[in-house]
Amino acid sequence: MLIAQLDPLASSIFSFMAIASLLLAFVMLGSRWLNNYLYAFAAESWVIAGLSAAMGFYGGFPELYLIAILTALFRGLFLPYLIWRIIQRLSVTREIHEILQPSSALVAGALGVVFSLTVAYHIGQSLGLAGTVTVLALTVMLSMKLIGFLMLAVRHEALSQILGLLVLENGIFLGAQILVPGMPILIEIMILFDLLIVVACFGVLVRYLVAHVGSTSSLDLNRLVG
Amino acid sequence: MVGMLLTVMMIAPAVVAAACFVWRVPSAVERFNLIGSIAVFLTAIPLAIFSASGPYRYWGDYVILDMPGAWVILCTAVVYLLASIYAVGYMRLLTEEQDKLWSFYALFAGFALTVLLSAIMNSAGIYWIAIELTTLVSTFLVGFERAAESVEAAWKYIIVVSAGISLALLGTVLFYWSGSFVLGPVFDMTWDALRQAAPKMNPALVTLAYLLVLVGYGTKVGLAPMHSWLPDAHSESPAPVSAMLSGALLNGAMLGIVRYLAICDAGGVGEMARTTLVVLGVLSLALGALFIVRQDGIKRLMAYSSIEHMGVVALGFGFGGPFGIAGALYHMLNHSLGKSLMFFGAGNIMRSFRTKDIRKIHGVGRRYPVQASLWLAGAVAITGAPPFGLFLSELIILRAGIERGYHWAVYAMVVLLLVIFIGFLNHFRQMYFGAEPEADTRPQHVSRWCVTPMWLALAPLLLFGLWWPQDMWKHFATIARVLASPPS
Repeated sequence: MLIAQLDPLASSIFSFMAIASLLLAFVMLGSRWLNNYLYAFAAESWVIAGLSAAMGFYGGFPELYLIAILTALFRGLFLPYLIWRIIQRLSVTREIHEILQPSSALVAGALGVVFSLTVAYHIGQSLGLAGTVTVLALTVMLSMKLIGFLMLAVRHEALSQILGLLVLENGIFLGAQILVPGMPILIEIMILFDLLIVVACFGVLVRYLVAHVGSTSSLDLNRLVG
Repeated sequence: MVGMLLTVMMIAPAVVAAACFVWRVPSAVERFNLIGSIAVFLTAIPLAIFSASGPYRYWGDYVILDMPGAWVILCTAVVYLLASIYAVGYMRLLTEEQDKLWSFYALFAGFALTVLLSAIMNSAGIYWIAIELTTLVSTFLVGFERAAESVEAAWKYIIVVSAGISLALLGTVLFYWSGSFVLGPVFDMTWDALRQAAPKMNPALVTLAYLLVLVGYGTKVGLAPMHSWLPDAHSESPAPVSAMLSGALLNGAMLGIVRYLAICDAGGVGEMARTTLVVLGVLSLALGALFIVRQDGIKRLMAYSSIEHMGVVALGFGFGGPFGIAGALYHMLNHSLGKSLMFFGAGNIMRSFRTKDIRKIHGVGRRYPVQASLWLAGAVAITGAPPFGLFLSELIILRAGIERGYHWAVYAMVVLLLVIFIGFLNHFRQMYFGAEPEADTRPQHVSRWCVTPMWLALAPLLLFGLWWPQDMWKHFATIARVLASPPS
C-alpha cells in the first residue's frame, strides 16, 4: 500500500500539513469574528492545496498537481471572495448569540479530536497500519467533521453555517488526498465545482433571508415547528 | 434501443429547462414541461421492462441502467407526469408569481432531471454529486413563493441536507479507501467493483463507512432522526413540488442506501447493516405516528406520512429476502402514486379554504363532492387499508419480517401502522364531518387540471391493490436476486 511505503520526510510533511489544517479549524472554532473565519478557511484551503501537490510529488500522481492548482484557486481564492462579498452585503461582522462561548467550544472540539483519534486508532490497528500517517489523516478527517458540526450547532449566523459546511468538506478533501490519492480526477473536479455551486446557492438564499425574513440568524427562523 | 430511450429520457427535461429559459411565456412553458414529462414517462416504461435483460452500461461505465435503477426511474417518471399535469392548474392560481413561472418550470424539469440522473449513475462518487444537485435545484423550488416561511424552509433544507450528505461523501471516500486495499490505489468506483472487492475489505472499515453513508443518504430519505428538514420543505413548497420531493426524491436517495446495502451483504457485514436500517425504519414509523396524531398543518400531515412510508420502505429493504425487496419496491411505487394524490388534494383544499390549518377546514365533502371522495379514498389508501396497493405491499413487508426473524420490528410496525391509521383518518373525519361554524361560502371552481391527476393516481393504486400482475412479481423476484447475488 502506498501510504505504508512513504519515506519519512514525506510522511512528516503530510503530518505537518494535516495538523496545520486541524489547528486552523480550531482557529475558526475559537473566534467569533466572521473575518477571522474567512481568513482561517482560506489558509486551510491553501494548506490542503499544498498537501495535494506534495502527494502528487511523493506519491507519483501527476494529476494531483492540477487538483492542487484548482483547490488553491477555487477553495483558496474564489470561495473566500464569494463569502467576503456576502459579508460585505450583510453588515454583520461577528457572531452575537453563541450557545457556547468560544473557550468552551474549543474544549468540546478537543474532546471531538480525542474521540476521532480513538476511532482512527482502532481502524488503523485492524488494518495493520497503526503508527503511520494513515491514523493521523483519519483522525484529522473525522475531527474536522466533528468541528464542522460543532460550528453548525453552536453558531447562528447564516455565514457561520456556510463556513461550517465548508469545514466539513475541507476535512473530507484533506483526508481523501492522503488516504485515496488515486481517486478518479473527474470526481474530484466535479466535487470542486459542486462546492462552487453550493456557495452560489447560499449567496442567493442569504439574499432571500435578508429580504423576506429580515434576519440572517437561525434563531429567527422559528416559524415552522411541530 | 435502450441507449436511445435513455438519451431521450435525459434530454427531454434538459430541453424543457432550456426552452423555459429562452421563451419565458407562461402558457408556453407549462406546455413544454407537460410534453417533457410525457416523453419521460413514455420512455420510462419500456426502460423498466428492458432493464430485466440488462444491466446496460454506457459512457465508459459511468452510466448504468440496471433493474433497481430503472424501477426508481419509473416511480420518478410517474410522479413527474402527474405533478406536471397538476402544476398547470395549480401554478395558474399563484397569480402574483406569473412573471417568474418560467423559472419554476425550468427548475422543475431540472429537478426531475437530477433525480433521474442519480438513478443511472454507476459511480458511487458521481451518484453523490447527483444527489447533491437534487438538493441545490429543489431548494429554489421549496423557496419559490418567497414568503418568510418558504425561505426559512429552503434554508433549513439546504443546511440540514448538505451537512447530512457530506457524511455520505466521507463514507464514499472510506469505501473507496477500503476498496483500494483490494483493487489497488487507482480504480473506477463502480457499484459492481465495490461489491466484488467487498468480501476482501476490512469489516471494521466497511462498518464505519456504511454507517456514515446510511446517516448521510438517510438524511435525504428523511429517516428519523435525520428528518427535521422534511416537514418544513414539504409543507412550504408549492404542491406539485411537494409531490416530487416526496414521491421522486426520497426514492432516489433510498436507491443509494440499497446499493450500499448490497455491498455490505457481499462484505459479510450485512447483518449489522440490515439491523441498523430496520432500527431507523422503526424510529421513522414511531416519529411519524407521534406527529401525525397531533398535527394541525394539512401538508405537514402528509409530510410526516412520507417519513412513515420511507420507514416502511427502509424496513422492507432492511428485512431483505425476496419478499422484503419486492414489498419495498412495490411500496415505493404505491407511495409515489398515493402521496402525489394526497398532496394534490391538500393543495386544492388549501387553496380553496385559504388555510393550511386542519382545524379551520370543515365540510370538505359537501363543498367538493368529487375531489373530496378522491382525496378520502387516497387517505384510506395511504394509511394502508385494503383494497389499495399500499395494503398489499405493507403486508408483504410484514411477512418478510416474520420470515427473516425480525419479530420485534414486525410487532412495532403493526402497532404503529394502526396508530397512524386511526390518527390520520381522525383528521379527515374532522375535515369532512366536523361542525361548520361559519356561514357556508360558495364553493370555488377547481380547475380540471387539478382534479384529473387525482383520478390518474387513484386508478392504478386501486388496480394494483386488487390485482398484482404475475410479470411484476417476476420482475421483483429478479431484482431481489440481482441485489442478493454478487456480480459476475
